[in-house]
Amino acid sequence: MDHFLTEDQQMIVDLARQITDEMIIPNRARYDETEEYPLDIVETLAKSDFFALFVPVEYGGLGGGCYDLVLALEQIGRGCVAIATAYAASALGAYPIVVGGSHELKSKYLPDIASGKKRAAFALTESNAGSDAGGIQTTAVLDGDEWVLNGTKQWITNGGQAHLYTVIAITDPTKGPRGASMFVVESDDPGFSCGPKEKKMGIRCSATTELIFKDCRIPKDRMIGRQGTGFITVMKTLDKSRPGIASLGVGLAQAALDESVTYAKGRYQFGKPIIAFQAVQHMLADMAIETEAARALVYVAARHIDAHPKDMSKASAMCKVKATDVAMKVTVDAVQVLAGYGYMREYPVEKMMRDAKILQIYEGTNQIQRNVVGQELNKEYT
Amino acid sequence: MRIVVCIKQVPDAKDVRLDPVTNTLSREGVKSVINPYDRHAMEEGVRLKEQYGGTVTVVSMGPPQAKAILQEAISCGVDDAILVSDRAFAGADTLATTYTLAQAIKKTGDVDLVICGKQATDGDTAQVGPGLAVRLGMPYVTCVKKITGVKDKVMSVERMMDDGYDELEIDLPALLTVVKEINVPRFPSIRGLRKAKAFDIPSYTATDIDADPDQLGLGGSPTWVVKVFPPEPKGVRTMLEGSLDEIAEQLADILSDSAHGA
Ligand SMILES: Cc1cc2nc3c(=O)[nH]c(=O)nc-3n(C[C@H](O)[C@H](O)[C@H](O)COP(=O)(O)OP(=O)(O)OC[C@H]3O[C@@H](n4cnc5c(N)ncnc54)[C@H](O)[C@@H]3O)c2cc1C
Ligand SMILES: Cc1cc2nc3c(=O)[nH]c(=O)nc-3n(C[C@H](O)[C@H](O)[C@H](O)COP(=O)(O)OP(=O)(O)OC[C@H]3O[C@@H](n4cnc5c(N)ncnc54)[C@H](O)[C@@H]3O)c2cc1C
Repeated sequence: MDHFLTEDQQMIVDLARQITDEMIIPNRARYDETEEYPLDIVETLAKSDFFALFVPVEYGGLGGGCYDLVLALEQIGRGCVAIATAYAASALGAYPIVVGGSHELKSKYLPDIASGKKRAAFALTESNAGSDAGGIQTTAVLDGDEWVLNGTKQWITNGGQAHLYTVIAITDPTKGPRGASMFVVESDDPGFSCGPKEKKMGIRCSATTELIFKDCRIPKDRMIGRQGTGFITVMKTLDKSRPGIASLGVGLAQAALDESVTYAKGRYQFGKPIIAFQAVQHMLADMAIETEAARALVYVAARHIDAHPKDMSKASAMCKVKATDVAMKVTVDAVQVLAGYGYMREYPVEKMMRDAKILQIYEGTNQIQRNVVGQELNKEYT
Repeated sequence: MRIVVCIKQVPDAKDVRLDPVTNTLSREGVKSVINPYDRHAMEEGVRLKEQYGGTVTVVSMGPPQAKAILQEAISCGVDDAILVSDRAFAGADTLATTYTLAQAIKKTGDVDLVICGKQATDGDTAQVGPGLAVRLGMPYVTCVKKITGVKDKVMSVERMMDDGYDELEIDLPALLTVVKEINVPRFPSIRGLRKAKAFDIPSYTATDIDADPDQLGLGGSPTWVVKVFPPEPKGVRTMLEGSLDEIAEQLADILSDSAHGA
């Protein structure tokens, strides 16, 4: 359906599509198999300004909005959610600086992120703090002119591949939600290291590791915003980034639909292409209807967020739930349409199904997103 | 370093058809693209600029539609683009083409390096590069597969040969023609696309480049294309497709079939 994109947005879509078709799709199966970080593709995206897209103009970026990023991510996600995650994680890692950093911190880090010279990662989760972010135990203690960090973060995307890590840690255990602060840790800071790459069900070429802070010392001015604002920055960051995850769901669902329809037209059983069987046709129709509905919601949410940056939570949570649930359903159905062939690694849909699952988990599970929508409703209907 | 890259608009090889009646290339409705070798020429120019500083200008002689490839060049990191276009240029052979391009390049000012593709996929003569070098009074190396360095106005290059490569040094200003092995051309960038959209490409006419009318177009072309025809097919030709193992299996089948007189 026509979403009446501006000429400039269409240009971004076309370029993302070109890179996806010419570079990502031909290489995705190999990267899935080797689980190697897709550095060449990430660098290509950087050269084509996709890392500048999410950085403000004043700091060397293109100042693109949520909508622009969503459009780009949809195309890249259509090619490969793992590669798209490797890219999107840098945006997630940069957002705390964008939403909460001082002018000095922004000037120091954002231009290198925009040019792709430095990649970023976002570190919230710990072994005892998943959905319950308040349970984090990593600490930061001021010692003279330095913060000293101790603790371990878990399942951090871009671990070992990023140059900059935005990390939340407890700075005052007596203050509850106001007792945490965010910091920028550089990969070569003393006392900082990354664990081995986790072995995952899907998005295999995206690197996920532990981050280990052992008396990790960083200069005092690496704090993002004021002391105690860590959770506020985290929430703002995730509200802003979730439509991106949603758009990966849209792109992935579209890819699964494309594969399914093409296959159903060419596969003959009982003397007919299987698309002639109503049971298959209805499955394809539902896949298409759900994909279009998800896309429409994501686009509207992104436009809403660009227009109302102070009122993001509900729109962001809604579109994340819808589009990623759709991606899961549509990819499962795609495997059903291709059946035995779909189950084989020779065809792309089994990977799509494995990749879809993460979208319902990271950047806040879909249960947590429903909580957010529910809480917002509760507030609205007073 | 001031670099000029010559690019030609050619019919997309994926889209080329022969007119069944006349047996000539049917250009009608065929998509035009940048000559594939010229993409590599452009990319090398942009890389040299990124490494040593300077500017890259692309030049194309062709009809007004050739603006599209110049625009695309801008989106891929080139600084400046010039179309050389005039009815008087029509029907040019390589002699007239090199004259026209040389006049246009001279018009743009002093140049340190001119880069061309090894050959155009339609005309296919591979003469324009060398011819242009002679017109500009520059030394040249063809089929360059690597530029290894630039120092004190001397450029070191590797020239692709059938049985390896030559290491050569050439004094600048010079002209190079490049092969595909030299680099992997980049995709456009968002900034580049925005710049290209706003870029007003200047068009040079015969008068603008102070050209001698007798040396232009059909009149200035001693070569005449008498006939274009597809070569007679020689015997049966089969393309095997699939993975290496599959192809090997198919080949073994064919060979054993033919051995059994099938
Ligand atoms: C591949 C991968 C990459 C990741 N990348 C990052 C990253 O870059 N940075 C980062 O900080 N984190 C990252 N994470 C962590 C991710 O965000 C968490 O896994 C996620 O927030 C869920 O936490 P959990 O896995 O501990 O699940 P839990 O919180 O233990 O949840 C278990 C189940 O209980 C449900 N549940 C929990 N609480 C509630 C509740 N209150 N109401 C209803 N249901 C509830 C959940 O929805 C879920 O179904 C990544 C995870 C993975 C797997
Ligand atoms: C079927 C056919 C047969 C022809 N036969 C002959 C012939 O036998 N003899 C003859 O002299 N001409 C012939 N021409 C005309 C000739 O091809 C072109 O008009 C022109 O001279 C360019 O030569 P080329 O395409 O061989 O380019 P090449 O010499 O193969 O091109 C080398 C490089 O020169 C540069 N270049 C070439 N043309 C341009 C341009 N217009 N603008 C900018 N840069 C350019 C590019 O960098 C290119 O990669 C023929 C044309 C056709 C279509």
